[in-house]
Amino acid sequence: MKNRAAYFGVFTALALIFSYIETLIPIQFGVPGIKLGLANLIIVIVLYRTDWREALLLSVVRIILAGFIFGNLFSIVYSLAGGILSLAVMALLKKSDRFSVTGISMAGGVCHNIGQLIVAMIVVETYQVGYYLPVLLVAGLITGAVIGAVAGEVLKRIRNLSFQ
Amino acid sequence: MKRNDLILAGAILAVAAVILAFQFFRQGNGEQLVEISVDGEVFGTYDLTDDQTIKIGNTNRVVIEDGAARMEWADCPDQICVNHRAVSKNGESIICLPNQVVVTVVSSEESGLDAVAQ
Repeated sequence: MKNRAAYFGVFTALALIFSYIETLIPIQFGVPGIKLGLANLIIVIVLYRTDWREALLLSVVRIILAGFIFGNLFSIVYSLAGGILSLAVMALLKKSDRFSVTGISMAGGVCHNIGQLIVAMIVVETYQVGYYLPVLLVAGLITGAVIGAVAGEVLKRIRNLSFQ
Repeated sequence: MKRNDLILAGAILAVAAVILAFQFFRQGNGEQLVEISVDGEVFGTYDLTDDQTIKIGNTNRVVIEDGAARMEWADCPDQICVNHRAVSKNGESIICLPNQVVVTVVSSEESGLDAVAQ
């Protein structure tokens, strides 16, 4: 347990670097909210190798730091809603033990988008935002599957490392 | 990938397809209008067939041309709405979250408008 703080620092740094790389990708899809979610790779790995409390703390710290560095107050609120909902669902699905890393990451990606959409609906006070729902569902599914597949490979290779 | 993963993916795709189909069939036959709302309140309704430029306060500018509406300018830092593609189909919308501006295409039949405020 004595290295816990040190590992947490490393994971936070990694998640922030991934957030930065994400901002370097200049692709616009014509629909807001679609992105790869590279930082979730770290969240998924931490969720699997430590526990959900650690992953939740990391997710919140990552979002607040990345929000202040690369985004604004709006992006922090949206990301927090997405991040917390996504992590809650991933933790529950992982507990049920019926899905692989890919499946859990897919659910996480989809829920991330749903969480952001709910906040957007509240902020602009219109259900019209729901127009984006199908696109965001499919986008979350694809990006979640990609992140999940990569996370699965990474987890296989770091099996012998202990992060406690 | 486990079998459950595929079932989950299938379920999510099915939900997306159902919503998409619902949106597709909901399209009205009437005249297409552009409704702009700020902070949840209707700012104005405009004819999509009339080429025009609409200033929304000092924060946003919407241009309607060739039967489609697009956000030409916004003072927000992220510029997501400006990069958004032009909207022309019923239900499509451009949303500028920082300024809480929503530009939505509505059908005159569906919304039951009897006059267009210009």
